[in-house]
This record gives sequence, C-alpha cells and structure tokens, in this order.
Amino acid sequence: MRLHLNGRELEVAEAVGERRLVEFLRDELDLTGAKNACDIGACGACTILLDDEPMKICIKRVKDVAGHRILTIEGMAAPDGTLHPLQQAFVECGAIQCGFCTPGMVLVAHAFLLKNPRPTRDQIRKAINGNLCRCTGYHQIIDAIEEAAVHYLGATAAAARV
Amino acid sequence: MSAEKNKAWRNDAHAKVTGRAKFTDDLKFARCLHAAPVYSDYVHAKIIRVVTEDAAKAPGVVKVLTACDVPGTNRFGQIIRDFRIFADDKIRYHGDVVAMVVGETRDLAIRAAALVRVEATPLHAVLDPEEALRPGAVLVHEQHGSNLVNTHRVRRGDIDDGFRQADFVIEENFRTQTIEHAYMEPEVAVSVPRPDGVIEVCGSMQHPFSTRRFVAACLGVPLSEVEVIGTPMGGGFGGKDDTAAIVCARTALAAKLLGRPVKMVYRRDWSIRESYKRHPYRVNYKMGVTKDGHITAVQCKILADGGAYCSVTPWVTWRSTVQCCGPYVVENVHCDTQGVYTNNIVAGAMRGFGSPQMNFVVEQMVEIAAKKVGLFSIEFRRRNMVRQGSVTITGQKLDTHKVAMDEVLDAVLKETGYEEKLAKCSHGKSATDELYGIGLAMSYRGVSLGAEGVDFCAAIINVQPDGSILLEVGVHENGQGAESAMSLLAAQELGVSLGRIRYRRASTSTVPDSGTTVASRGTIMGGGAVTLAARELKQKIAEAVCEKLQCAIADVRFANDRILGRTDGETISFDEAIRQMFQTQRFPHAFGVFRAPRVSWDEHTGQGDAYFTWVYGCQAVELTVNKKTGKVKLLHATAAHDVGRAVNREMVRGQFFGGMAMAAGYGLHEEINSKDGRITNLNLNTYRIPRAMDLPEMTALIVENPDPQSPTGAKALGEPTTEILAPAIANAIYHATGKREFALPIKLSAQPEELPEEECRL
Ligand code: FES
Ligand code: FES
Repeated sequence: MRLHLNGRELEVAEAVGERRLVEFLRDELDLTGAKNACDIGACGACTILLDDEPMKICIKRVKDVAGHRILTIEGMAAPDGTLHPLQQAFVECGAIQCGFCTPGMVLVAHAFLLKNPRPTRDQIRKAINGNLCRCTGYHQIIDAIEEAAVHYLGATAAAARV
Repeated sequence: MSAEKNKAWRNDAHAKVTGRAKFTDDLKFARCLHAAPVYSDYVHAKIIRVVTEDAAKAPGVVKVLTACDVPGTNRFGQIIRDFRIFADDKIRYHGDVVAMVVGETRDLAIRAAALVRVEATPLHAVLDPEEALRPGAVLVHEQHGSNLVNTHRVRRGDIDDGFRQADFVIEENFRTQTIEHAYMEPEVAVSVPRPDGVIEVCGSMQHPFSTRRFVAACLGVPLSEVEVIGTPMGGGFGGKDDTAAIVCARTALAAKLLGRPVKMVYRRDWSIRESYKRHPYRVNYKMGVTKDGHITAVQCKILADGGAYCSVTPWVTWRSTVQCCGPYVVENVHCDTQGVYTNNIVAGAMRGFGSPQMNFVVEQMVEIAAKKVGLFSIEFRRRNMVRQGSVTITGQKLDTHKVAMDEVLDAVLKETGYEEKLAKCSHGKSATDELYGIGLAMSYRGVSLGAEGVDFCAAIINVQPDGSILLEVGVHENGQGAESAMSLLAAQELGVSLGRIRYRRASTSTVPDSGTTVASRGTIMGGGAVTLAARELKQKIAEAVCEKLQCAIADVRFANDRILGRTDGETISFDEAIRQMFQTQRFPHAFGVFRAPRVSWDEHTGQGDAYFTWVYGCQAVELTVNKKTGKVKLLHATAAHDVGRAVNREMVRGQFFGGMAMAAGYGLHEEINSKDGRITNLNLNTYRIPRAMDLPEMTALIVENPDPQSPTGAKALGEPTTEILAPAIANAIYHATGKREFALPIKLSAQPEELPEEECRL
C-alpha cells in the first residue's frame, strides 16, 4: 500500500491498513501534530487534509487514505522551517493559546482558503465550525484566516500550496 | 525585536503552529507501559472486594493495581483528605476509580479493565443537596459526621433594620447547572523511574507543586524524590487540579512498582465521567430597595453541591460569599452559604471560581429591582455600585487602587450605544419572527487567592556568561501564555531584547514551591516575582559596572541591550557587563520573591480585607430570540475590563474572547446531564461547547489602571472575563422576550404572542 504523505512516498504493509490512522501517524511515524481528543469525530483535533479536503482521522483506518494525497500539520511549513503564511498569521494574530486545536484549525483553514480566498467572516465561521477550540472563542483564529487570505489570491496563490 | 513592539509574541507559538510542540501524549519512552482506569457501575456502595484475578491473567497485562498497592497514603486533598487514589472503603460517585490495569499496550489494558469485578453492597445514592442536609440523610462520608462540607457567612449591619428601611422587598430563587471544563486535551500523565531513584512525572496538570505533593504522599517518599516537569497542556481552566494530579499519581505508583515508564491517556468519556466540574448552585435571594433606588438589605442563602469529595468547595463557596452582592455597596447583609456532599460528580475549581453563579443571580436582581422602583437599570446600578473609597460588604475599604467600576461601565455603554439599542428591544413584541434584546452585566472581583491561601511566588533569573538569559518562575504555563508574559516582563525590566531570554522548562526541583497557578494569579504573582528578580539583578550589574561608567549606582540605567550611566557619559553593552561580572567573580544571578500584601478574614462575622486588590469588568451582549423555535442567536458581545496593565495585548484580547465564549456556553448550551447519578453526555457530541457559529463577533476594550501594589501594575483577567456574560445574556433575553429566566442554561421554548404592556427601558 502506498501513502503520499507530506510530499513523500511511503510504502506500508497491507496489514497496517486496518490500523487506526491517528494512531499510525502518531505512534509509528511520530507525526504527533494530529491530536486525539474525542475518538468519535466530534472535535476536529485530529484533522488532516486528504486531497485538500479536511478529514477527521480518529474514525479512519490507514487503508482509507492509501493512494491519496495526505497533508498533516508537519507538512505545512517549508522544509527550511519557514512558516506558511497562514501559520504566520496564526502566530501574529494571537490565534494560539494552549495550541491543542491549532494543527487541526490551520489545516481546515488551509483547505478552506484554497477554495475561497475572498471569504467573509461568517464563511470562515462556517468553515471551522467542526473544529472545537475551548481557549480562544475563535475570534483571533478568524482574524488570522482573514489576514492570510490574500496569500491565496492571484499570483501568490501558488506559494500558498504546500 | 523589542518587547514593546511585538505584542503578539509567544515563546511557544512556533512549536504549536507547526505541530512540533510535545504535549504529554506526544512524548515517547522506551519500554513504556500503558494504563487504564477501572470504574464500577455503582453510584454509592460499600466495597466488599475488588476482584482483579481475571484481568491480571488477560493478555498483555503486567499488573492490576488497587488501593492495597498504595505504599503511602491513598487519601488526600487540598483541604479535606477525602479524595482517593483508588476507592477503598466505598464508591461515592460513578466516576470513582477502583483499580488500574497496566499493560503492554493501551488497547490491552482497556480490554482487561472490563474483566475487573467489584463486589459491593449498594447504598442509597444522595443526589439532591437539600436531601443531603436533612436529618437522618444517608452519609457520603460517615466519618465526617454529616453531609455538610463547609459553611461561610457574611453578617453586616442589621438585616431586619435594612428590610424595614426598604419600600420594596424582592425575593427570587435561582439555579445554576453543572458544567464541564472541556479542555481539548483530556487528562494524561506519564511517569518515568530514573536511575537515581527519582520518579519523573510529565502530565497535563495545572499545578506541578500540588501534583508533586499528591505523588509523593501516594508513594510515601519525600518531595525531593519526585520531579514534576512542566509540559505543554491542552487547556485547564481550573479543571486540571485534583483529578489530574491523581492521574499523575497513579502512573507514578505504577512506574515505581514496575520500574518502567507508565503512561495513561484518558479517553474523553473517562475524563467527563471522573473529573470534577463547576458547582451547581441553588440560591435564594432577597433584596430590599427604597423608592429612590437604594439597596438597603440583602439576605441570601447559597447551596452548592460539591459532589462526592471536598476538593476546593470551601474556597469556591468563600468567593461566592464575599462577592454575594456583586459590585454594590450594601449596608445590611446576611449571607449563609453551605457546601454539601452528595453522590453526584465532584465539583471543584473552574475558571470563575464561584462568581459566575452569583453574578447570574445578582445582575438579574438589580434589574428586577430597578424595574420595581421605576428606574433605568443603569441608573440603579450607578446609585449602588462601588466607587473610590467605598466599603465592601465585608468591610474592606477600596482605596489602595483605582476603583474603575464607572470607567468600564461607561466604556461599554458608549461602545455599544446601549441606551438607543435598549429602546429598540422587542420586549415580547415584534413584527417578524425575531425578538431583539440587548443586556449588560458587571462585576468586581477579588484578585488572587485572597484570605483563602498563603500567597507568594518566586522567580530566578540566571544570566549566562555570553549574556543569554535563563528565566524560571514558580507559575505554570496553562496555555494562557504565562511564560511569554513572564519573558516580556523580564525583557522590559532589564531593557534587553526578548531574543536573549529562554524560559526554562519548568520543574518542581529547581524553583521553590510557589503554590498554584489559580485564581488568575499568574500574571500578578509571577510577574511580580520576575520584576523583583530583574530589579535585584540590575542592582548587581550596576554595582559591577558603576565604576567603569563613572557614576553612582543609582544612576545606572538599562535600555536597548546596553547599560548607561549619566547622560552623555559612557555606555557599555549588556554582554560586556556580564563578561566583566564573571571576570570579577560575581554571578549575574537573581532570585525574586513577590509576597502578596496581607489580607484578613473573620470566619464568624464574615468581615475582613478579603483580597489585596480588585478588578472591574462590564460586558454587554445583543441577541435575537426566534419566537417560533425559542432559538437564541448572539449578535455581538462587548467587554471592558480593567486589567491593571496589559503585558501582552493580543494575549489579553485572547483571554477576553475565550472567557466570553466559555460564558456564552454557560449561559445557553452547556449542562452535564445525569440519570440516577450517572452522567449521560460523556463526549463532545452530546456535551456541546460553543462552536464558531454559535458565537458572535466580539469587542475587547482593555482598560488600564496600573495597580500600585503590583510591581508590574498588572492585575488579572483570566477569570473576570468568564463571569458576567451569562447574566448579560439573561438580561438581554429579558429585554427581548419580556420574561425572566432563573435557571442556567437558559432554554427557551416557542414564545407566546401575548405579553402584557411593559416599558422596555426599565
Ligand atoms: S479526535 Fe478526531 S474528531 Fe475529535
Ligand atoms: S487554543 Fe486551546 S483549544 Fe484552541
């Protein structure tokens, strides 16, 4: 089975296909950015992107994502560590408190901005509605997404892809 | 980057936004074992035997631990030692843990946990706090003698005389619900036995020092043999104290007995089932007012359901008692508060700590009273609220700091255009399906522990030979940005760039026990200690360089990574100064201690200087109520809080928004439901915290009146922001529907068309 993970190709044994995806990423690959906070798909802390669409992986198995393009939070920044403009906006807008929801939030926002680079605040609310944050009241997260949107427009849009 | 310019700076932001931050469950250790708790289905029962043999034989199981395996003490608590590591004599609530299975993997441990059996004699479960206090009630803790955990009181003036002076007496009953902290990261801990015999504990807990006390007591070892390491935590909100510390202690016990690292990661349903909650209150409130709108008397009875164990019920209810009249001056007060044991879920600390309940009561009572006497509710508040030099209901004169009640109130009124909007409220009538309302609430709040605890805090600044700085403070990072605030304060005071400062990974073995990061005391206490340490360090540096700068020690100044003497005189770089200190055998090392000013309390009369300073806040909210469905939509919320001084503006705003969001959930959505003492909404699909679309746009108005008693000027903001939106919502709903809501969460059904004529402005 092949996984296209954060721009890398990975061959995994068939037997691994039955494993819970969140555990596989966290335990086997040490990609611990995806968190497990509910086990039932209710909070979004475990979100990754599958072909640019958000997916809650606490309720998925490895085989569910084989052959698809997977992006986890670890794949957002440039290889040299430079933050993605969206990540930078999260930092600058004070969108991060405890940070437990942050990886999921960033990825959901990224998927959303790829599709809608000129969002209203209400559209942003709708886009992140499935991701819970107990610390921020979402306000500065929405600020950050609004601020980062310009990077997804026109000539600069290519740079926003990761 | 200078500390002044970069307001959104956080030392941990980069790690968190890239997913590299290592929370407890992200840490890996070789040969690590995994543990799972065992619950029984009893709510109240006498334990005969915990049968572990089958579980012990299950595949992958290394050991099953029960109370018999605890070498030290199995019982502890911050006030009454009634909390158990493992239930021993009885099961007192549905979340009591009777055993813990340790296995090679988490899945195997969980599977085996189902094989542990409990033989017990069921007892009548006491689930109603009033029933719990009746004579002859079944006792939750027999040795305690009754189900009464504690009482508090305020006796001020002459209550009978106060009611005689009144033209009107209003009496209402209120109820508030049990709510869950719902930190996004459930409880988790990992303990590692070190070769030197010390047990190292990482965990999602708020209080490394109290955790260490719990762990050491459980293991029966001295404090020095346990090292609790500060680890990024996915939210606390007051909820990662007792239960979280016990989770740490259980893993430490297993690690000690088995000689291997042991990790326990809580599932959400375990977390909600076992962890303590916000106290549900029943309040009877009687207020006397004169025709011209003065409150002459308040009599109130507060009943708090503390659940199965004491936790911090006496402290939570103390704050409720001290603040039982809200920010209003009342000459005659008679308040009686009771904390009660029941077989319900344990109640303990939660952001707000006894004030959200009382503010829900008081801020509606003042509006009911205003209406009764025919005064504009804001005018009524103005006639009664605390001002500079006012004396509180516990006899404390407010003269050591700026009393900013009117300032925050005016800020909110102006920002929202409150009066015009109030005139537009529907009051039960509208042409469309939506009823519109705006409402407001305000509070004052005592800062830090108050007379409930010993309050002091330490900080260590240790400058390295190359001029880089290690900073360490006895407050814990709870996700609120405490480390960043401490670093900013150190940089500001020392006149150096932030880039020099490294916040040390916190450990209980290197900095003195500075108590707990509760009661919004992080900034004021920790910041105070940092500032005092920085001042001591500057003094040492000044002594070392004044000769070179040809000036008196008192003339030495620190700015832009340089040390300056007299104007136009010579300057020297910070690095150079440090080099010189090492060359002359002086350590650029300083230890700062901030001691909170004295407070006092007389338990008998309920009088005293309860807190050393106070903060003032006001919040307003606009909303609509759908007549057909009863659905409430929040349109906009505005908050003004006097924070003393905003150390890190974006983080301060974040506390405003987060606090208001939590309060919106308290007001409208959240409630722990249970059936016969068993919680029924055990995950985030059924326990509903506010989502992005549930919340309105919010405006944060930061008011700054630096506090003279705080070395940094900063006061507190984590909790004040959480304590008044629910009553503001209740008042707004009243202005929309024309009906008062006396219970939380506010659940509206379809609104009847007909309502009596009323004047909205009142
Ligand atoms: S952990 Fe996957 S949605 Fe909550
Ligand atoms: S920042 Fe803590 S849950 Fe979102």
